[in-house]
Amino acid sequence: MSETGAMRDHWYPVGMTKQLTEAGRDTLLMGEPIRVFRDGGQPQVSDGAGRALPVIDRFGHVWTSLGTPAKDLFTIPEADQPGRRLVDVGVCRVRCSPLRAVENFLDIAHFPFVHTDILGSEPHTEVERYEVEIRDDVDEVWATKVKFFQPQAAKSAEGGITTDYMYRVCAPTCSVLYKTCPPKPGEWDVIALFVQPLTETLCDVWPWMALYDDDAEMTDLIHFQQMIFVQDRSVLENQLPALLPLDPGMEIPTRADMTSIAYRRWLKRHGFTYGAQLVAA
Amino acid sequence: MILYDYILSPSCYRVRLMAALIGRRLDLRPVDFHPGQEHLSEPMLALNPAGTIPVLQDDGLVLTESTAILTYLAAHDAPAWLGEDTPAMRARVAQWLAFAQRLTDSAGAARAHDMLLAEGEIAALRGQATQALRELEAALSAARRRGEGFLAGNRPTIADIACFPHVALAPDGGLPLDPYPSIRLWMRAIRALDGFIEMPGIHRLHELKPEPGPMPEVIRKEKA
Ligand SMILES: N[C@@H](CCC(=O)N[C@@H](CS)C(=O)NCC(=O)O)C(=O)O
Ligand SMILES: [Fe+2]
Repeated sequence: MSETGAMRDHWYPVGMTKQLTEAGRDTLLMGEPIRVFRDGGQPQVSDGAGRALPVIDRFGHVWTSLGTPAKDLFTIPEADQPGRRLVDVGVCRVRCSPLRAVENFLDIAHFPFVHTDILGSEPHTEVERYEVEIRDDVDEVWATKVKFFQPQAAKSAEGGITTDYMYRVCAPTCSVLYKTCPPKPGEWDVIALFVQPLTETLCDVWPWMALYDDDAEMTDLIHFQQMIFVQDRSVLENQLPALLPLDPGMEIPTRADMTSIAYRRWLKRHGFTYGAQLVAA
Repeated sequence: MILYDYILSPSCYRVRLMAALIGRRLDLRPVDFHPGQEHLSEPMLALNPAGTIPVLQDDGLVLTESTAILTYLAAHDAPAWLGEDTPAMRARVAQWLAFAQRLTDSAGAARAHDMLLAEGEIAALRGQATQALRELEAALSAARRRGEGFLAGNRPTIADIACFPHVALAPDGGLPLDPYPSIRLWMRAIRALDGFIEMPGIHRLHELKPEPGPMPEVIRKEKA
């Protein structure tokens, strides 16, 4: 099943603004060929028939939709605070469901095993109780009061710290996390995962960050995040079933999964099923 | 020694791994290869007109081929890694260093295509990589029958370090390693080396920890 369904009327990242050329980039959005290009300096997107699609240029990326979005693309107010470094991490293609890419981003339990000695380490594998809700006013999934011990929480971290996290799902294939900012206590670092669904089992992932870090070279910030994401990539490519199951019967909830369960419930409620399966495998 | 480096590059990892295994400290200069294309910038092209990384700089010497860099590191600090000093062994090592370049051009290009959207004819690249993996499997299987665990005899050499990264990362380019049992044993032996370091996509060996508590056998006996 590859109905684009209710996800058709939402915004998706389709390229980095800085990389756009007049010749453009041919790519896919939910199975449909599109072209992303620059014309008269402005980012443009056209569909397979040459029809112009709506465009937003935000967070260093070009966003479009195959349908008619009822609302504006989400915002990240923290990202506008002065003094932050905005980091375009660059694309990474993954053979997985776009929804699975987001779900993995929300999961902290894998840190000690996949990001060993960086975002987690044994024996600090315990996930403490935290709070998860679907916020009806903004129609977003939020997880707050998440805490995890991290040997190297960021490029700027010196030694292990217990990191506070908040997670936010603000579009079907986009999530933003807020985490303790080692050089600026009291502020949050912002790390986003923007996922372009190419097909139900293939996606282009565009990580993006807005950090307080006056010392690190931009290249080091990019490489730190690429290192983290590529550690996830092979795990994502080997997940079974490939499509994200939305049948509650298949869930074996643990505390770490609470955010994932809320995300799946939210997807199901809205009919966001491109990349999902509704029946048990 | 200065290494112009990229964290996701298997060829740069060859050099980082070799240096770690012999205890050589490198001064790393990260290059914004992706998405910044910094390897094609003027200063990088001045250093290496071929526009590739890694590049090693030491005492006026500039090396732009990772296999040559491995040769240099070993000759400089740990000659045992060059292989036994006999005509046949030296030639075997050279043979595998050239083979490693085929891996870069096939499995490496397939991975760059699948992961970073590099240009390339993916079916042809995977075909060439599969051919190379089959040759490697056959050679390692023959080596095992001779009682040898590595590509050039019974100890690891720069030949193994040159071939290991692109082989271990082949699944990233849509080339599963399940059909190659001898390759998988050989990779395990490399990951078990003292001083081994990881790169994204290549995990360290997790030691098999003993099960807690008494063995199931014992429990059954006690119950009986
Ligand atoms: N690499 C992407 C997302 C994928 C990913 O690695 N997500 C989690 C780990 S799964 C993450 O990045 N966490 C960042 C952190 O905790 O510092 C990103 O980093 O923005
Ligand atoms: Fe991860």
